[in-house]
Amino acid sequence: MKNVLILIAKRFAASLLTVFIVSVIIFIGVELLPGDVAETVLGQSATPETVEAFRKELKLDLEPHVRYGAWLKDFVNGDFGNSLANGRPVSELIGWRLTNTLFLALITSIIAIPLAICLGMLAAFYRNSFFDKLISVTTLSFISFPEFFIAYILIAVFSVQLGIFPSLAIIDKHMGFGAKLFAVLLPSLTLTCVVTAHMMRQTRAAIINVLASAYIEMAEIKGINRLRIIVHHAFPNSLSPVINVIAVNIAYLIVGVVIVEVVFVYPGLGQLLVDSVAKRDLPVVQASGLIFSFVFIFLNLAADVLSMLSNPKLRQSKI
Amino acid sequence: MLKLLRQSPLSAQIGMAIVLLNIMAAVFAPIIAPYGETSVVGDVWEVFSLKYYFGTDHIGRDLFTRMMYGARNTITLAFITTFLSFLVGSSLGFIAAVKGDWTDTLLSRGVDIIMAFPTLIFALMILSVMGSSIPTLIFTIAILDSTRVYRLSRAVAMDIEVMEYVEAARLRGEGLWWIMRHEILPNAMPPLMAEFGLRFCFVFLFIASLSFLGLGLQPPLADWGGMVRENAGAITFGIYTPLIPAGAIALLTVGVNLIVDWFLHLSSGLHE
Amino acid sequence: MNNLLEIKNLYIEAFYEEQWQPIVRNISLNLKRGEVLGLIGESGAGKSTIGLAAMGYTRQGCRLASGSINLDGTELMGASDEELKAVRGSKIAYVAQSAAASFNPSHRVIKQYAEAPVQHGLMGYEEAEEEAVELYRRLFLPTPEKIGYRYPHELSGGQLQRSMVAMAMSCKPDIIVFDEPTTALDVTTQIEVLAAVKEITEKMNKAALYITHDLAVVAQVAHRIMVLRNGRLVEEGETCQLLEKPKEKYTRELLNVRNTRQEKPITDKMGVILKIENVTATYTGQENVLEDIDLVVRKGRTVALVGESGSGKSTLAKVITGLLPATHGSVSFFGEILPPELKKRTKEDLRRMQMIYQMPDTALNPKQSVRKVIGRPLEFYFGIKGKEAEEKVRELLRKIELDPDSYIDRLTTELSGGEKQRICIARALAAEPELIICDEVTSALDQLVAEGLLDLLQDLQNKTDVSYLFITHDLATVKAIADKIVIMLKGKIIEQGEKKQVLSPPHHEYTDKLLASVPEMDPNWLDNLLAQRASAFI
Repeated sequence: MKNVLILIAKRFAASLLTVFIVSVIIFIGVELLPGDVAETVLGQSATPETVEAFRKELKLDLEPHVRYGAWLKDFVNGDFGNSLANGRPVSELIGWRLTNTLFLALITSIIAIPLAICLGMLAAFYRNSFFDKLISVTTLSFISFPEFFIAYILIAVFSVQLGIFPSLAIIDKHMGFGAKLFAVLLPSLTLTCVVTAHMMRQTRAAIINVLASAYIEMAEIKGINRLRIIVHHAFPNSLSPVINVIAVNIAYLIVGVVIVEVVFVYPGLGQLLVDSVAKRDLPVVQASGLIFSFVFIFLNLAADVLSMLSNPKLRQSKI
Repeated sequence: MLKLLRQSPLSAQIGMAIVLLNIMAAVFAPIIAPYGETSVVGDVWEVFSLKYYFGTDHIGRDLFTRMMYGARNTITLAFITTFLSFLVGSSLGFIAAVKGDWTDTLLSRGVDIIMAFPTLIFALMILSVMGSSIPTLIFTIAILDSTRVYRLSRAVAMDIEVMEYVEAARLRGEGLWWIMRHEILPNAMPPLMAEFGLRFCFVFLFIASLSFLGLGLQPPLADWGGMVRENAGAITFGIYTPLIPAGAIALLTVGVNLIVDWFLHLSSGLHE
Repeated sequence: MNNLLEIKNLYIEAFYEEQWQPIVRNISLNLKRGEVLGLIGESGAGKSTIGLAAMGYTRQGCRLASGSINLDGTELMGASDEELKAVRGSKIAYVAQSAAASFNPSHRVIKQYAEAPVQHGLMGYEEAEEEAVELYRRLFLPTPEKIGYRYPHELSGGQLQRSMVAMAMSCKPDIIVFDEPTTALDVTTQIEVLAAVKEITEKMNKAALYITHDLAVVAQVAHRIMVLRNGRLVEEGETCQLLEKPKEKYTRELLNVRNTRQEKPITDKMGVILKIENVTATYTGQENVLEDIDLVVRKGRTVALVGESGSGKSTLAKVITGLLPATHGSVSFFGEILPPELKKRTKEDLRRMQMIYQMPDTALNPKQSVRKVIGRPLEFYFGIKGKEAEEKVRELLRKIELDPDSYIDRLTTELSGGEKQRICIARALAAEPELIICDEVTSALDQLVAEGLLDLLQDLQNKTDVSYLFITHDLATVKAIADKIVIMLKGKIIEQGEKKQVLSPPHHEYTDKLLASVPEMDPNWLDNLLAQRASAFI
């Protein structure tokens, strides 16, 4: 157990370091703007006053490391600066949108993860059957499709043809949970298709790998029944690789979220990021990019720790 | 080779047909296309007809023409990017594996850091700083994608590197270049070729996604992702125009994936 | 005369190259209560397949084609899954070659022991636990009350193998199938497992199928032996009778191997090729894997470096070749001290010292042709190219007794294990070396193939006067080929000298144990040895 704790501590330290480096890179990113930042961003119509105000806004008049320190301090305190586009505090813009995005991601995870693991296991146990092949073709297609293709097909079927769901996922602060859930169902269904496909394929591969081990053959030769072999022998050893699979696929969820939010005009962080990139609203881009990266690093960390804890060789005590 | 093609399963043949069709469209776009890439020829969102095979787009350009030119722009861009990503990723991966020591540590940590960002977020931030232009697009995506190629080629090369035939070459006194060229590369080819297909799909989808977000190829250049975006509004009126470019993107990636699947099956079968 | 197991006219097929092809043909065998039947053969003989078929089991891609498998009145051929499940583990159990892979890493050893009896409804978990401890004691496992509560990776190879023997016994089956249970173990560990097998078959009166490629091992445990080749029966007979008067030529070949060759005298006047002085080496910087090694190889002679796994013998090869620079001491080659690192050595140094590896599969690049493999050293060291190189490669192929016309253009993947190893020899010879380091070169090969390879190496030495440093764990090989023997244990040389001297008493204590552990063809060897050790213990 001690070994595991040391490993987890190491992994945690590595994540902290990564977070630091990521924040530095995001900060430096702004420095890389070719030519004079202010004039490039504001365009030729900028007056000297606006340029000056802009430089102050980005604290361009200070030394780089001082600026980084101040920026990081503000960031930790929840002050992300003001938007260049409309002058409002970035934190105000981001807060509500972040909860929306997390809501969408959460709903998707709740549907997708159990679904993917169940389908993956079924496909592994009945490998080479018709069911397996059907699943394989379906998931291959979903992996190959761009998210917006799936989204528009779902819109075409469920909102245009059948008229069950709205084609735009519009929510506001006063909606109840049920109404919110109804609004995000189509976007989260889109995300589910993509994420499940990736996860399911890898879950299947991980389990087939375990099923090919000599100890599974040994269990069969011992006359143990199939269900027990799966639950007792295959499952504990598949846990670690399967958790790993989930971790790897979190990346798809994050990319997917941005696109799906744009398609459904859902007021989330992804849509805000895309809008701000188009407007080159740097404080907003910095802040939302940083948040996305933190979430990503944190999820990877969580998955790695869980995967370590579920690895039998690491978990077992030395007598 | 021809025999191998004839023995290939139906799925792979379908895949090859799809890819071939797309390549034809890309190469012969100016010959096949009935109208100019950017010329407005009809009304907004006209339906399919003999005059406009796929109808017209949101400002009345011929969609079929735009599709052909779109194939040309998007596929070329994705191919160049993948190629560049492979050139960088695999050569660095091989060097890391063969050299080991601090070269490996340095490269691997660098890659770890880039991979700590979600790809799309990283790309969006770079584009917001640099602005969207074709060279920026190519370099950004190629660098981001080369981290994946690096990981794979390093792992593959490491597996080969521990083989005794490589040790035998070292003991003979062979240099780094000879070992990479004659001992490692030939054995790393099958997994790398499969990976090329998968990376192409990823890059292609990624560019399409960026264009769809309005941050990829800029109008009036025809490009499938951008065409979905431009025509997105039609869907709520029950007009399925945006599904055509979106479907074309899906079709090409399915095709490439089908070939890769067959290839993976083939090279794993040869191992047994 | 009631047979516990009766197999009649069994055919088993495997699916490859797009069709079902027989891998076991027309095998019949009987097994009575308390009898041990040895199945012996080289790889591809179908012995493991038959062993599994006795339980009505086939691996993926194989099928029982025809014949009958009657287990104590139950026909397993075409039996339902339920019937098979009821029999497996409870009536007939299996001990696999690799215990490390056959135990589930997630569960404690004793839990896996108890699984079969509990699942077959024979006893409760507590009762099974008690019986397990008793069996662990009988099979000489250390701390039998505690050892079962460890996880598999916390046990040594020999202990794990014995716990698997215990696990097979958990339901008190009538028959146990032993599938090469000692092949992956060192000779001194092999004895422990053989003693456990003997305990079960003799004192507990179980019937067993004992599958192995080693005649000397099977002679210790089996009452009867069946010799198999390519899925067919070659010969069958009582153990003593088969060992003394084999009828078939193939059996005689298996028996007659290991002709000890004429020993060549070693004198101080002979030129010293390689001299190792005070070599100490480490991988981690903390623990020394080699300590104070002194060793001399003389011209035209063979030095055998013997030791079990972990003795540091392969590490010494790495130090000599420069892959692992020594921390202390020196390696001299032709009287000159070699730079410790490979990179600093001259091309000429590298050329004169060549290496042959254990696994011919990984020692040859699968994408290269024989021509390129042998031709490259010619080009690299001597600049020989084109027609001249072609002629040289052909000459080398003739030297290793392979037909140049049919082999020169083959890919290395199109060769058998023995042929690959010969190509490795040719690659070494192409450099015209003075010293060849042979690292376990025969241990991945079948007995007869290995024998041919040793003959070839001997022949080449007689012709070219090349020296060999022969690294091996197999004392039979040592006896066959060495002029001088060096015995290593835990990174140190504990004894060295001319073959005659080392092999005749008095020995170092460990040498004694090592020599005594090598099975002999005498069927009473194990019994005598165990009796000897027991009396020594008292």
